[in-house]
This record gives sequence, structure tokens and C-alpha cells, in this order.
Amino acid sequence: MAPPAARMMTLRAADLACIRGGRLVYEGLSFEVASGEALVLVGPNGAGKSSLLRQIAGLVERAAGDLTLEGGKEDTPVGEQAHYLGHLDALKPAFSVEETLRFWAAFLDGPGGGALDVLPALDAVRLGDLADLSVAYLSAGQRKRLALARLLVAPRPLWLLDEPSVALDKASTAILAELMEAHMALGGLIVAATHLELGLKRQLTLDLSPRRQVA
Amino acid sequence: MGRAIAALIARDLRLAVRAGGGGGMAVFFFLITVSVVAVGVGPNLSLLAQIAPGILWVALLLSSLLTLERLFQADLEDGTLDLLAMGPLPLEAIAAAKAFSHWLTTGLPLLVAAPLLGLLLNLPVNVFPPLILSMAIGTPALSFLGAIGAALTVGVRRGGLLASLLVVPFYVPVLIFGVGAADEAISGAPPGVMLQALSLLGAVTLASLVIGPVAAAAGLRAALK
Repeated sequence: MAPPAARMMTLRAADLACIRGGRLVYEGLSFEVASGEALVLVGPNGAGKSSLLRQIAGLVERAAGDLTLEGGKEDTPVGEQAHYLGHLDALKPAFSVEETLRFWAAFLDGPGGGALDVLPALDAVRLGDLADLSVAYLSAGQRKRLALARLLVAPRPLWLLDEPSVALDKASTAILAELMEAHMALGGLIVAATHLELGLKRQLTLDLSPRRQVA
Repeated sequence: MGRAIAALIARDLRLAVRAGGGGGMAVFFFLITVSVVAVGVGPNLSLLAQIAPGILWVALLLSSLLTLERLFQADLEDGTLDLLAMGPLPLEAIAAAKAFSHWLTTGLPLLVAAPLLGLLLNLPVNVFPPLILSMAIGTPALSFLGAIGAALTVGVRRGGLLASLLVVPFYVPVLIFGVGAADEAISGAPPGVMLQALSLLGAVTLASLVIGPVAAAAGLRAALK
């Protein structure tokens, strides 16, 4: 598993605002997540869960506010210290399961390492038997698990998960929870958006329902 | 950083070979354009020899444009670009790596096919070396300048035509100096004159190697936000 430096880290958001297509999605959003914690974002569709995750990842501009990963690498953007698991799985049908993961391992792995090798990572998401299969033949749940395996082959302290359990069956959701717990046990941080129960032992919750902006 | 760049280039090469639509398509388009023009111009061999460098360069340019559209688009659509942007490489390096892969899978095969098509057009033997040399120097510019157009239109459906419109003005200097070098050889000018055209072409290519990735990265940034 990816052991992010043993030191404590805190993801701190202060007064975040997000504007998408001229519409204010949220403002004045502040929260903290520390090493070993998982923050679960809840709220109705369109409340800004995905936007917030993409903002933390650096893929959506911040209209206002500050975002810092204290204890992380100083001169590196937060997004570069994070894994992002979004709705798009970034899988190419031309590649096999193993090749896909080998590419991400080589591309993402900065200096340091300590991540799982490709094959153990595939075993961890129960895709070990399908290593040679083309990605084109994977089911939706298997694709999700392969995307999840990407998080295991390169060490990143912060995991940003957007509906990670969608398309996963019961057994796979349990694997997901297990991997998330293991990441937190090693000092990792997780921010996840979900409508479904993730099955974590303990979690912080942030409600993004629009009413909070009225206040 | 080197490892990440190598991984990205190796991935793009594999994708081009397996998924098709890359170099193979460009080479066939090159072949079709050149042979259609040859048929259209007619069997006047001396006329063909005169205009062969121009035909070859124009066809090369069009073939290169044909494959530009997908340079970044496929990666944007399936979310790969998000992850690439979050990775350890700056977007400039990603754009440069992808433009280089584009040259390897498109420019290089076209370069290899060009002499064969030169024979088809009755290109004089002494013009082959300067023409091929000009193509070797000029084709990287096509990929690196093309990356700008591809990045600016990455979010546009069917953006290929728009990308072509944006890019073609930048291609004109490449075309002028590229054809210029071969034309000097046809008209029997001293090698010094030819060298001049080749040096100017080299200058265009060197400038594009710097400007292309920076401008393309700016375009990608705008598309990702």
C-alpha cells in the first residue's frame, strides 16, 4: 500500500467558492481533513460534490478561498499529491489490464515509491486473473476496480474519490472499504463524494445541500 | 520526470499502432492525394517533375493535418487528460511528448513514403536528397505547430476542420522553405542557395519546438478548467 510520509498532514480548505458556467455552486466552504480521516461529501445532485473534488485536484479553478495540504510537499500543488478517481475511468480499450496499470505506475511514480507493484495491485482489486485481458472486454465494475488499482501503484497521501462504489457489487464494495481503511491506517487522507454507504468504520461528513448557502 | 515522459511516449506509440487511425491513415491519405494529383495533371512527365516537390509537400501537410484532431481529444474524452494534468509532468512537457509521438507515428512514416511517391511523380534524381532533407527538417514543425491547433480545439466536437484553419497559416512558412529547397535543386542553383532555404526551415522548426508545447499547454489548461 502507499505509505505517505508518516508525518501528519491536514487538508485545510478555507472559504472555498466555486462558479461553474456563471452559476454559483457553493461559497464560504471550509473544512479540515487530517491524516487517517475520511471526509464524505453528501448532498443532492448538482450540489457541487464533484466540483469540490475537482477543485481540490486542481482541475477546476477556485473562485475564492484557500486550499492547503499542511505537512505535504511545500512547493507541489495539492493536486499533484492526490489521486483522483472520477466518473471517467481513463481506460484505453487498446491496452490490456496489466499494460494500463504499468503505464500509470511509470507515469505517476515520482521519486520515493513504496507503492504496490502492478501485479499485487491487480490482486488487491481481484483482477489478478484478468491481467492479460483487453480493457475493452471488462465489465463496468471491473473497469472501476482497475481504475481503483491505479491508486495503489503510485503513492499519494490524498485520495479524491467521486462515487467510488458506483457499479461495484457487494464484494467489491467491501474491497473498496478495505483499501480505503488501509490507506487511512497508513496516514492517508480521503475525500469522497457518494450517495451510497461506503462501509467505513468512521467518517466525517460534509453536507453540501444548497440550503447552507442561504444562511 | 524522464521516466514519466518515456512512459507517455511509449503509450502513445502503442496506441497509434494498435488503435490505428494514426500513421497508417496519414500514409494512405498521402498516397491517395499524390496519385490523384498525378492522374489529374496528366502524363506530361516534365511538368510532373517540375511540380513534384510542391505536390509532395502539400500532400504531406494535408496528411499531417488529418491526424491532428485526435492528438489530445481522445485523452480529454476518457478523462486521461485530467490524470495526466495532475501527474508530475508540467502540461508543457505532456504536450511536447505527445507532439513528438505524433511526429514519430505520422511525420516519420510520411518521410519514408515520400521518396517512393517521388518516383511516381518523375522527380529528378538530384532533387531527392534536398527534398527528403527538407522534409526531415520540416515535419517536426508540422507536429509541434499542429499541437497548438489540436489543443485549442480539444473541447470542440468535430474540431478537426477548425484546428486546420488555425494551423495552416503557421504551416505556410514550412511549406515555402521546404518546397524552396527542392525547387532550387530543380533549377540547378548552387548548393549555397539551397542551404539558405534549409536553414530558414530549420529555424522555423526550432522555434516551433519551443512555441508549440507552451501554446498547446495554455490551450489545454483553458480546456480543462
